This record gives sequence, C-alpha cells and structure tokens, in this order.
Amino acid sequence: MDGEIELRVDGRRRRLRVDTRTTLLDALRDGVGALAPKKGCDHGQCGACTVLLDGRRAITCLALAVAHDGAEVTTAEGLADGERLHPVQEAFLERDALQCGFCTPGQVCSAVGVLDELAAGHPSAVTADLTGPVEATDDEVRERMSGNLCRCGAYVGIVAAVRDGAR
Amino acid sequence: MTDLLRPRVLGRSPRRVDGPAKVTGTARYAGDQHVVDPAHLHLVQAEVARGVLTEVEVGAARALDGVLAVLTPDNAPRLASARDAELAALQSHDVAFRGQVVAAVVARTREIAREAAALVRVRIDPRPHDVHLSADRDDLYAPEKVNGGADTDTSRGDLGTGLAHSPFTLDQTYTTAWYNNNPMEPHTTTALWLDGDLVLYDSTQGVHTTRQATAKVLGLDPRRVHVISPHVGGGFGAKGTAHVHAIVAAMAARAVPGTPVKLALTRQQMFSLVGYRTPTVQRVRMGCDADGRLAAVALDAVSQTSRVKEFAEQTARPTRMMYAAPNRRTTHRLAALDVPVPSWMRAPGECPGMFGPEVAVDELAAACGVDPVEFRVRNEPDVDPETGKPFSSRNLVACLREGARRFGWEHRDPTPRAREEAGWLVGTGVAASTYPVSRTPGSVAAIRCTGPGRYLVRIGAADLGTGTWTSLAQVAADALGVDFGDVELRIGDTALPEASVAGGSSGITSWGSTVVAAAEALRERFGDDPAAGDEVRAGMPDNPAAGRYAMHAFGAQFAEVRVHVDTGEVRVARLLGVFAVGRVVNPRLARSQLVGGMTMGLSMALHEHSVVDERFGHVVNHDFAEYHIATNADVPRVEAHWVEEHDPHTNPMGTKGVGEIGIVGTAAAIANAAHHATGVRVRDLPITLDHFL
Ligand code: FES
Ligand code: FES
Repeated sequence: MDGEIELRVDGRRRRLRVDTRTTLLDALRDGVGALAPKKGCDHGQCGACTVLLDGRRAITCLALAVAHDGAEVTTAEGLADGERLHPVQEAFLERDALQCGFCTPGQVCSAVGVLDELAAGHPSAVTADLTGPVEATDDEVRERMSGNLCRCGAYVGIVAAVRDGAR
Repeated sequence: MTDLLRPRVLGRSPRRVDGPAKVTGTARYAGDQHVVDPAHLHLVQAEVARGVLTEVEVGAARALDGVLAVLTPDNAPRLASARDAELAALQSHDVAFRGQVVAAVVARTREIAREAAALVRVRIDPRPHDVHLSADRDDLYAPEKVNGGADTDTSRGDLGTGLAHSPFTLDQTYTTAWYNNNPMEPHTTTALWLDGDLVLYDSTQGVHTTRQATAKVLGLDPRRVHVISPHVGGGFGAKGTAHVHAIVAAMAARAVPGTPVKLALTRQQMFSLVGYRTPTVQRVRMGCDADGRLAAVALDAVSQTSRVKEFAEQTARPTRMMYAAPNRRTTHRLAALDVPVPSWMRAPGECPGMFGPEVAVDELAAACGVDPVEFRVRNEPDVDPETGKPFSSRNLVACLREGARRFGWEHRDPTPRAREEAGWLVGTGVAASTYPVSRTPGSVAAIRCTGPGRYLVRIGAADLGTGTWTSLAQVAADALGVDFGDVELRIGDTALPEASVAGGSSGITSWGSTVVAAAEALRERFGDDPAAGDEVRAGMPDNPAAGRYAMHAFGAQFAEVRVHVDTGEVRVARLLGVFAVGRVVNPRLARSQLVGGMTMGLSMALHEHSVVDERFGHVVNHDFAEYHIATNADVPRVEAHWVEEHDPHTNPMGTKGVGEIGIVGTAAAIANAAHHATGVRVRDLPITLDHFL
C-alpha cells in the first residue's frame, strides 16, 4: 500500500508517494535523493541515519515515512550553507573527527542536537546537578554522543569537535 | 636505496581533502551513486550449517507484484569459474555454512524485494555439522602456507633444552574471540550491464582487485569490468577481497537487462558473508633467566577455517621477530569447520598474535621480578632472530622509553591489587606492538602536466578512511616539487591505472613508491619544466633493499584500567601509544589512524565477541545491539605519539604504514593493566566482568 506525504528537506518542499512500509531513511535517500543520512544498521543501533527532525535529532531508520507527513528534516547537507560549513562541521574537519566519513553526517547532526540540548539545560545520565545549567564537559559529550557509533574510532576527535562547537 | 624524498609537504597536516564532502554528507559511497530507476536485490540465506538443498520454492515470491526475478541454484546461470567456493554463488545445492546465499530476489523496491525474499521457501536436508574450534581436535592440519605467504612452522635452536635450562618458565594458553570487522558502511554493490560491459559501484578496498576477481568468476575480459569506488565507509579488511554479494549483484543485473540492481547487505548478513577474524587458541611457552633474558620462545597457534575455502591466520608471525632467544619455535594448525569463510581483519596475524605472547611476557616478567618495560628492553634482538637479517630500523626500545616517560610509568608500584580509588581497583599495563612493512606489486601511476607547475596524478588507489585522498597527494606534491594545491589526485576507479589493494598497511608504500617513480619518469622525459599535456606512466619499482632487511614498525602501548570492586565492571581510563612508523606523512591523519586502531583494540579487549551457537552454527549476536563495539562513552583519553624515525630502506618516502599497528598490542596492554588492578590474570578475550567476581 502506498501513501502520499509531504516533507521539507533541507529547506526544500517535496511531495512523494511511499510504500507504507518505507522508513523515513529510505524515503529520504531513495525518494527525495537526500543522501547525507546513511544506513549503517537499519535497526536504530548505530546512529548513521541521524537527522534533525522538526529540530530534534532522530534516527530515521526507525521512523516510518507515512508517520511524518509534513515533517521538517535537516540533514548534514542542509546544516551547511552552500560552501559555508556549520561551525560543528568546521570543528570536525579541524579535529579530524572522521576517517571513512560514513558515520559522520549522523555524528554532525547528533552533535548539533546535543549542543541544543545542552543549551536548553536538558540533563543526561551523567549530569550531577539536575537543577542548574549543564556544561559541555567531555563526559557529557561522550554520554550524549554514544548513540552514534564510529567503527573508525574517531571518538576522541568527535568529543573535541563537539566541545569546540559549543564555544 | 636512493635518498629519501625531501619533505616539504610531507610531514605537514593539511586537512582531509575529502573532509568537506564527508561532513556535509555529499561524498558518494557505493549506495549513493546515481543510477536511473534501479531495482533492488535481497539475499536469502541458508538456515542450517550443513546440508543439501532439496527445494527452493519461489512461486509465492514470483507472484508478488513488483518482483522482477528470483535466482536460485536451479536457474542461476553457470559461472565461468567456481574454483573460489566463496564466490561460486548459487552454483551448487550443497550448503557449507549457515548463512550461505541460497536465493536472491530482484524487485522494483526494497520493500518488495525483502517481502519476496521472506516468501522464498528453502528446504534443506540437514547433515551433521561441526563448528567447534578447539586445540584438542584430532583433525587439526598444517596449511601449506599462512596468510601473507609466510611459513607455517619455524624452529631455531632447541626449544626443549632452552626451556629445561631456564629457571623461570611459562606454559599458558590464551584465546582470542571471533570478531566481525563491521565497517560502518555495509557492503554495497550497484551492478549495471552496458553493452556487455559490467559496471560495479562497489564498496571495495581495491577497485582493480574486485575487477580481477569478478571478471574471473563471470568469465569476462577484465577490461570489460568497471569498478567505481571513490569513497569507502570503512573496510578493515572486510572489503579487501571480493565477496559473494558482488557476484550475485552482477548475476541479478544480468537477469533484468537494462536495469541497474542495487544490493546493500544488511548488518546481520555481514556476519556470515564478508569474512571475519577467526578465533585463535595460542599456547605460549617461554623460558628466561633471573635477569629476564629469554632462552626460549614458542607459540603454537590454532585457528579455524571454513571447509570450502582455506584462510590461515598468521597468528604466530610476530613471535618470530619480536624478542631475542636462541631457542624458538612457531606453528600454525587449522580446524576446517562448517563455518563462514574467515578472512582479513585489521592486522590479521599481528593483532590476535600479539595478545598471547604480550600477556605471557607480562606474566614472566612478574615471575622473575623484572619490570615489564625493562624485560622487553633486555630481550631486544640485534638482528631479526629467525632470518638473521638486520632491521631496516627498529625503535621498539625508544617507544617503550618514551611511552613510559609520557605515561608516568616510573612511579608504578608493581604490586597487583595495590591501588583502590572510590570503589575502583586501578592498574596499569604495557604491551608492545609491531607490524611489518609490506609492499604489494602491481601498481601503475600516470602523471600529466596540466599547466605551469600543475599536475594530474591518476592511480586506482583506495581511501577507506585512511586518508589516501590527502596523503597520496602530499607524496605526489613532494615528488613533483610543487605545492599541495598544485596536485590533483584521482583514485578509486578502474578507469585509472592499476593499483594494488589497500591492505596490510601497504597503501602509501606501494602507491607512493609508484607515484614517486612516475614523477621521476616525467622529469627524465620532459625535464624540470614540462609543458601542459606532457604525460608519463610508471609502474612500482622494485626495492633492492627488500630482501636485505627485515622491515617492521613498532610501538608500545600503555593502559590504565579500572575494575569495580563489587561489580567487576571493567573500564579503560587511559590509553597511550608511542609508535615508530618511519616518517609520518600527515600528522593530523596519522594520529587518527593510530588512535582509531587503539580504539578498536580497546573494543576488542572489552566488548567484541561473536558468540556462536554451536547447535546451529551461527553468530547469535549478529547486530550492533548485541555485538558490542566501543561507543563514545567507552573511550576515554586515547593518545598516540611517535618517535622520530629515519628509515632509508622501506620506500622513497621513508614511511612504514600506520593503518594497522594501532590495534596490535592494545588488548594485551589492557589485560596486563587489569591484572595489575585486580591480581586476576585474564587469558581469554574479551575481558568481561565475570572474570573478576
Ligand atoms: S541506520 Fe539508523 S540507527 Fe543505524
Ligand atoms: S568515520 Fe568511519 S565509522 Fe566513523
């Protein structure tokens, strides 16, 4: 069975027909041609498919496209303004927080989401003080970025890049 | 050896050339390449470990709207060569391991392909299977050679006498687990036939090696196979040799003429179809005197291979050259089992093979009361102990000393279980690393002058995150005597001159030597100031020093480990590695490689373990929820440093390769630190909390 949905992806409005079984990830990649989100597991276990969905980070392989009619999606590609990179992307480059790059679009979207969550004062499992503002310490960043696996082992650089992005 | 290339761009740290495309997600991996109206392929796998296919019932699958073709052993075209059993897709009704491809469905959409694959009914007459690896099996056999072409067994002096005369001896068995490479990008192939030519957008560590393998199996002239792979989402060896999915994709595309076919393996399928690191059993024997000087060293290694295709992990290779000892012996034995075909995984041989011996050294050093750093220094050989060849350079001692200094080793109290902090037992440990310098023949590079002082360099090399796009351009810049920005590099396509596979940390040695030779040829032919359009090609020259020297990189890794007093939870608090890897082409990128290797070593030490259910012959934890790789929160301070090393013999750049050495020795350093923390000696990986309770 098919359904028709409308998505706003990286600022562009798109109407598309999708199988009701189609994940948001496959709809983005196959339907919209938004190829920045990657499929590392298709099971919500790796974070490679992370985008900002209505402003918050979300893994798109566990979302059904038909359930997100009207959604606003920002991928890693949409974070950059043409040639001008988002500060987090710039920090990833400077810190060499990537190798193969396959997890990277997801890491970058997740990082932007994390910085928003920190700024909004959302606590995590490692936040000691649940009442005050939250600081972007190494431990906070590591904890919050742990839904994004990196098989190349770029974590040390990723933590540094996210902290740079917080400045 | 000629003089080393004068470093101008070498040694600098330009950012990754492909970085902007990767951080924005615009780099095109195999699954991102644009093809018009592709069909989708889904594989059906055997669910028994051994047996004979009696029926593959495809009626229901075929009847589904949108299904374009279903391939089975009954209707699949015959392949030109079925000699490589791993690649002989759908050629036989025999099932040799659980997970073997038994059918393939092509459909208009992913969803339909997957649904139809689930409708294919496979009947297999099961036969008794055996997937049990043990050093006590009576059917272990000696392979002719081990991976990389090394001898199966070696022996010098007399091991028995050496042990008998040693006041301190050790005889212990260590095991490493079954590991799956799990690059983040699942193996992906898009196949397309164009007038009898086959185009493959493939995730591969070598476009030309994939071309050769597929052409042979499919019976094609290699020039009619085009493999395109500009970016690869990690490989770690799993994309170093062709695997069956690429063949099935090509067959499926032939079944639907004019339609490109896309296949991306699922994460689960990767546990049986793309190789993995065999588990190993390592019996280590060592004997030394009261000063810790080794008189005897032996490693007898047992690993598994599949019954249909042999892969012999060279586990004992590093034992042959690490430490001096007059009496020594190494052996490799294999158990041929009904298991998927094992293959390369980051530092095959060295990675598992430096676990047992490096823990053993720690045990023996403790037994004779010598500091483990000092113990290793005392057993430093003057020449390669087995071949008698001089080392082209060997700076293990410098790594150990520099690492000890940076880590703060000198204040260490060697007593185990002596330090407790807030409910955590704290310990530190050390282990050595090594990896050979290898060079793979077969590369050709073309250089064309495109304008005053500007060059186009073409070679079918690969970048799987290793940094080739950047580092090989740096080599080219210095070889041509121009700025980094004046070189345009093209890699990752069989339309470019032939290149060897990215494996064995041989990339820069092989491709770099080739590019340097091409630059020299250009100068010879056209002088210092070539005109636009001037072009040469050159192959990789021989290295006359290759046979004369033993060439290896070395390193020393230090770990701080915390084990919780009550729960046994194990955490690595700090890792520090110092390496001697020749000249470093790009410090920014090299550090990532080394730290990445160490991180994977940490993952191997504490988390990774493909658990086999022997009743059914498969890896039960076949996804990221249960096959744990280190996450960000598992990885604390990891530092990689290097010592200055000038090696005029390895290649014109003076490099040794940095892709693999980082994972070698990490697990042993962590195990040794865990012992120091707790007094418990863990000889079986992974180091899980139950060992400490
Ligand atoms: S692909 Fe979505 S979490 Fe892995
Ligand atoms: S950069 Fe390769 S998986 Fe993260």
